Amino acid sequence: MAESDNIVVETAEKIFADLADPQTINNDKKDAWKAPLWRALSEAGLPLAWVPDDLGGSGASLADGFALLNAAGRFAIAVPLAETMLAGWLLAQAKIASPEGEMTVLPANPKDRITLNPDGSLSGRVRGVPFAKAAKHFAVLAHGKDGASIALVDAGKAKVEAGLNVGYDNSDVVTLDKVAPITIKPAPKHLDQTMMMLMGGVARSLQIAGALESMLDISVRYSNERVAFEKKISKFQAVQHNLAKLAGESAAALAAATSAADAIASATAFNDEVYLEAASAKIRCAEAAEKGGAIAHQVHGAIGFTIEHILHRYSLRALAWRDDFGSESYWAVELGKLVAARGADELWPLVASR
Amino acid sequence: MTAALRFDPIRLPPKCEELRKEVRAFLAEEMARGTFNPFKPNREDTDVPEFSRRVGERGWIGITWPKKYGGHERSFLERYVVTEEMRVANAPTRRFFVADRQSGPVLLKYAPEHIKMDILPRICRGELCFAIGMSEPNSGSDLFAAKTRATRTDGGYLINGTKIWTSSAHIADYMIAIFRTSQPTKENRRHGLTQFLVKMKQPGIEVNPIGQITGQYEFNEVVFTDYFIPDDHVLGEVDGAWKQATSELAYERSGPERFLETYYVLTELVRAVGNDPDTRSAEGIGRLVAQLHTMRRMSVSVAGMLQAGKEPVVEASIVKDIGTVWEQQLPHRVRDLAAFVEETASNRETLERQLDFAIKTAPKLTIQGGTTEVLRGIIARGLGLR
Ligand SMILES: Cc1cc2nc3c(=O)[nH]c(=O)nc-3n(C[C@H](O)[C@H](O)[C@H](O)COP(=O)(O)OP(=O)(O)OC[C@H]3O[C@@H](n4cnc5c(N)ncnc54)[C@H](O)[C@@H]3O)c2cc1C
Repeated sequence: MAESDNIVVETAEKIFADLADPQTINNDKKDAWKAPLWRALSEAGLPLAWVPDDLGGSGASLADGFALLNAAGRFAIAVPLAETMLAGWLLAQAKIASPEGEMTVLPANPKDRITLNPDGSLSGRVRGVPFAKAAKHFAVLAHGKDGASIALVDAGKAKVEAGLNVGYDNSDVVTLDKVAPITIKPAPKHLDQTMMMLMGGVARSLQIAGALESMLDISVRYSNERVAFEKKISKFQAVQHNLAKLAGESAAALAAATSAADAIASATAFNDEVYLEAASAKIRCAEAAEKGGAIAHQVHGAIGFTIEHILHRYSLRALAWRDDFGSESYWAVELGKLVAARGADELWPLVASR
Repeated sequence: MTAALRFDPIRLPPKCEELRKEVRAFLAEEMARGTFNPFKPNREDTDVPEFSRRVGERGWIGITWPKKYGGHERSFLERYVVTEEMRVANAPTRRFFVADRQSGPVLLKYAPEHIKMDILPRICRGELCFAIGMSEPNSGSDLFAAKTRATRTDGGYLINGTKIWTSSAHIADYMIAIFRTSQPTKENRRHGLTQFLVKMKQPGIEVNPIGQITGQYEFNEVVFTDYFIPDDHVLGEVDGAWKQATSELAYERSGPERFLETYYVLTELVRAVGNDPDTRSAEGIGRLVAQLHTMRRMSVSVAGMLQAGKEPVVEASIVKDIGTVWEQQLPHRVRDLAAFVEETASNRETLERQLDFAIKTAPKLTIQGGTTEVLRGIIARGLGLR
């Protein structure tokens, strides 16, 4: 694992290693690991990392929070850490204090909408909301006739139809039927649904990159153990080349995701350059999840296809994360439109902007 | 745990942005005076000596080298910016690019002082063109099979044999080549090769151009017959060239030239689809831009590692592998998307002409400078598989 000199990441990695070791989790059919892990993460202030002290959080920087999500990806942890962080971040944009406990953000799909009704209540049916079933509160971006608002909603007031994504994590349909929010405030001017989705997309990109790092790791290790035709399979050139390609996909995902995270963390405005970074990360990481995940499975042979093996914890989640906060083709269309609207001669200056 | 591949998000400092503006202004001037046409990648005029000298005057060749050799002691990141702007503009850099990227740094490391003082400043002024003499008819990927002999004689060596695929040998002033000075040993089949500085346009050396499938002549066969090289033109350790080769690779393999060679078709596609593209075109462009952006971030990151004094051989190989596969696929993707471009697009002909050339160029991209297979071998070694 990459050495970290970041205290937030170190703390998180220690908790993950102690309480969310993938092998232990994989053998625990009753999910008994979830509660202690969440407790430890909460005690360390990690779910509310992006919430300032005065709003009930631990006030970590955006950069530290992103690094934390990359680490969470390396462990492919299945508790709503990213979701709660995003929800806390969204609420903080409107200076709404975060409550304790699990949260998630909605909508999580760029085509979905939550409407702010004239009477101040919220309505809408949104799909693919990660961990809605586990959440006690929702952070909601809603649209009314005066523009966007940010609301804190009691999850108990909503109708949640549970679903599972391909990674076996909750991905639910949430219906708000004239639900009165606990708090609602106008969103700051710069914050719209696109920006919220891209923030979620970058979070997912970092998680995918982390999962790919781990897939590379366990695949290399396995290839050095498994013997076929009287050789370690790592000695076959075809296997080596597959692993070299996996390394490339993993590296590309990490580069795109960390660069986007850095761009957002150091941005003064959410301009086209930041948009390029964030959208590209989601597109490229989704592609890497597909290509890299396939190779990791190929190298593992049948054993990696079993539910007992930990590979699926990374591979299926990475595949599932592609769909949250906009799929790669969604962002590709949007990015393509942006590039076309700026014109051919502005493409290179955009790419070479930092 | 395996080798942690780090591609930290290196940012180009403000200095680089100033430099970028200067380079862009310079290139615009050069286009205006008709030195080159950025829309014609297949032009014949890739070697333009005056252009080379003007780039030298600006101080953009040997930009990272010590001042006493004519260099400018600027950073790898600044070099990066110059390279990518030139590449994207399709500037005719053939004459100085190899010397700037590779040959100069080799001389800096291994040449005797008087040779450095003689040659490096002339490279920096854009006066010299270099070629790389590695490949031979029976030695490409397997460099250590090279057979061209350097036999000891009074005050130097006599060279006999043939180099092949030598880019720019027909216009080069010098070549840095490896020759066999002794046989490989049982323990080390890489032993026995030595790196030499070869003066071109001398008796005993014959350059035969080889046509390429693009219709151009850029690489050559170079035949040596009792060609004399003096002792002070030996670069580094006799029989030890293999030790010197690897550190050269990071410079050769990670730069923007390793994913931008066919870039021009992407710009033209964006121009052709106009401001309001259909969904299919938008998606195609969006994906290609995301991929390009990602590779550039990786490549800048490697430039940052070089600046920090590291030798990121594996990372550089990853950039070249992904980068060249991408620049090879690019014209095919653009061609596919161009099927939807309106007949009336103003640059339709330019795009078609460019595609024709880029598609012919594509096969070489994953071969030159080390094949995809060889690169993946290096990456596999870095992962601890070999
Ligand atoms: C446009 C162009 C410019 C060039 N310029 C120069 C130059 O300036 N100077 C110079 O010295 N050379 C130059 N080259 C040569 C280039 O470096 C070689 O072509 C390259 O190293 C491959 O060698 P080869 O052509 O002999 O192919 P081979 O080595 O014969 O390879 C043929 C195929 O076999 C594969 N292969 C070979 N060995 C292995 C292995 N161990 N495992 C798996 N697959 C393997 C290769 O990957 C390739 O697919 C240039 C080449 C091109 C195309």
